[in-house]
Amino acid sequence: MATVEPGRVRSGRASELGLLVLALVLGVGAYALVGLATEGRVPGNFYVLTFGMAALGIGLHFVVRWRAPYADPVIVPIAVALNGLGLAMIYRLDLAEDLTGSSALSTRQLGWTALGMVAAAVVVWILRDHRTLRRYTYTAMVVGLVLVVLPLVPPLGKQINGARIWVGLGPFSLQPAEFAKIAFAVFFAGYLVTNRDTLTLAGRKVLGLQLPRVRDLGPIIVVWLASIAVLVLERDLGTSLLFFGLFVAMLYIATERISWVIIGLSLFAAGAALAATSFTHVQGRFDAWLNAFDSEVFNAAYGGSGQLVRGMFGMANGGLMGTGWGGGRPDLVPYASSDFIVASLGEELGLTGIIAILIMYLVLVERGMRIAIGTRDGFGKLLAGGLAFVVAWQCFVVVGGVTRVIPVTGLTMPFLAYGGSSLLANWIIVALLLRISDNARRPTPLPLRGTPAAAPRAHAAAPSEPVEPDAAPHAARDDGPSPDQQTEVIKVVDQ
Amino acid sequence: MTLLRLGYLVMLWVFVYSVVRVLRRDLYGTRITSRKGTVREKPAVAAAAPPASPARGGAPTAAAPPAPARSRASRLVVSEGPLRGTTLPLSSSAILIGRAPSCTLVLDDDYSSSRHARIFPSGDQWILEDLGSTNGTFIGAQRVTTPTPLTPGVQVRIGQSVVELQR
Repeated sequence: MATVEPGRVRSGRASELGLLVLALVLGVGAYALVGLATEGRVPGNFYVLTFGMAALGIGLHFVVRWRAPYADPVIVPIAVALNGLGLAMIYRLDLAEDLTGSSALSTRQLGWTALGMVAAAVVVWILRDHRTLRRYTYTAMVVGLVLVVLPLVPPLGKQINGARIWVGLGPFSLQPAEFAKIAFAVFFAGYLVTNRDTLTLAGRKVLGLQLPRVRDLGPIIVVWLASIAVLVLERDLGTSLLFFGLFVAMLYIATERISWVIIGLSLFAAGAALAATSFTHVQGRFDAWLNAFDSEVFNAAYGGSGQLVRGMFGMANGGLMGTGWGGGRPDLVPYASSDFIVASLGEELGLTGIIAILIMYLVLVERGMRIAIGTRDGFGKLLAGGLAFVVAWQCFVVVGGVTRVIPVTGLTMPFLAYGGSSLLANWIIVALLLRISDNARRPTPLPLRGTPAAAPRAHAAAPSEPVEPDAAPHAARDDGPSPDQQTEVIKVVDQ
Repeated sequence: MTLLRLGYLVMLWVFVYSVVRVLRRDLYGTRITSRKGTVREKPAVAAAAPPASPARGGAPTAAAPPAPARSRASRLVVSEGPLRGTTLPLSSSAILIGRAPSCTLVLDDDYSSSRHARIFPSGDQWILEDLGSTNGTFIGAQRVTTPTPLTPGVQVRIGQSVVELQR
């Protein structure tokens, strides 16, 4: 037996700045290397870009320093590094395809990067306390639903490559589903934090599985069915998978019931079987996955495995150390800059590089989960856990698809892949994680006892004052509903 | 070119390594104290923390004098029982011990009463008072019936737990 006491919290802002410089060097260095390898000199706008990225990154750092001084120090550098790597690769693919000026994807991606980082700074700046979001639980649900339905509205929606998931806004196309995932994460967190006890305790037990009551599930089932139905109509497998995963993961985090995972997985298996037999495009995906090296499947005009197999050839070409920036031919793969950017990076940086990138994602997700453990309020825990899970899930689905572990689905790799909506949404996720982590790591005025501060048994050494576990300094002005699960339990007992 | 190619990979890993180094604090940032033997010096955080305010139900000491030395006892330590290792900083207010959630030290123990005992400051001393508990409060084998002055190091048995004052 031993007591565990948290040590002095270091804000880590200095480490953040140091790591940020390294991250910027990574991104900018990659950009310079691409130029050197393909044209023998650094790209013309190299210094402008370097200055711009540095200004944005350091600007974000100072906003964090000012508004969220105790935020986690590694999140921003990792996001900047991944974003820089993605930009360099997109630029490299632009060069291979002779795209320049405003038609170049890298120029647009650069614009979105700037917008994303500014958006992150604004969120950190304006949102002083993530618990304010809890007041907008049902607003978030409505916003999420509207965002999901938006592409189906005739004048707005655009169908690109068989999936109707874009919304045209002048020259831009947005994928509203990317933002819907944030809205749904907020909704699930807010809803589950008030209802988790009902979901955990009420209901029948069948074969050792605790089944929830249908009426407790109402809003969630409605959201879930609606999003699934719409996504089937929009023919976007990836996003539907993403929402489903988010839904199951957050239920599991909230209730700690393994039965939810089992129910979720069996529902998913049923859905997958149904989709594989009834939708031709899903069938095609499965076929391309299982018989990828079949020459008939490889050469199929539409929905074949050509893209997948070319990506794998590329990664094989890269080998252990990669071909170096600009040394490979990732442009042979269709959509090398969006869906298959992982394969492109795998070719040019090799296994060594791609594993480093995957570790960056791993650390990012780990920080998210750590924030969820560290923060003191249930809503923050669920939100951080859900957002971290979204990132992890997207990585798994994309990398799994590219490496032929699972069928290819059209999700984007956070920060790396080309796509404005995805980039913007992921920067907002980073901002939310920063905000929650500031709250989690800030030293409390509450006395720390010998028992771990956030342990569930905290009541054992409860301070004399009935202190709410999340009574952080400025909780006083948070006049939203306090986390009063206790009343929920009593209600259950009464029934 | 090969040098640049490999150099870039090294850079990538340097970044990963630095990130992980920063995170090391998560693993080593906590202080682990063995509960055997004497309990170590309290962390600065707890010492600087605001004093526990008067326990609900526990009579707050009216106009407590600005915390005299009180035999220099600075905390209450649970030395046996399920909560072993728990420490409470002492301040100018009384500490209520029992099973009720409103107590300062909440014991999860069937052998203690909901409001079992309290320890309150009086002048230079801390006084232990049994609040009419069912199973009693003991100093050694002696049941405490009247308010008794408590000196640091004296072990008080409450149900399954033993608490003591420490400097």
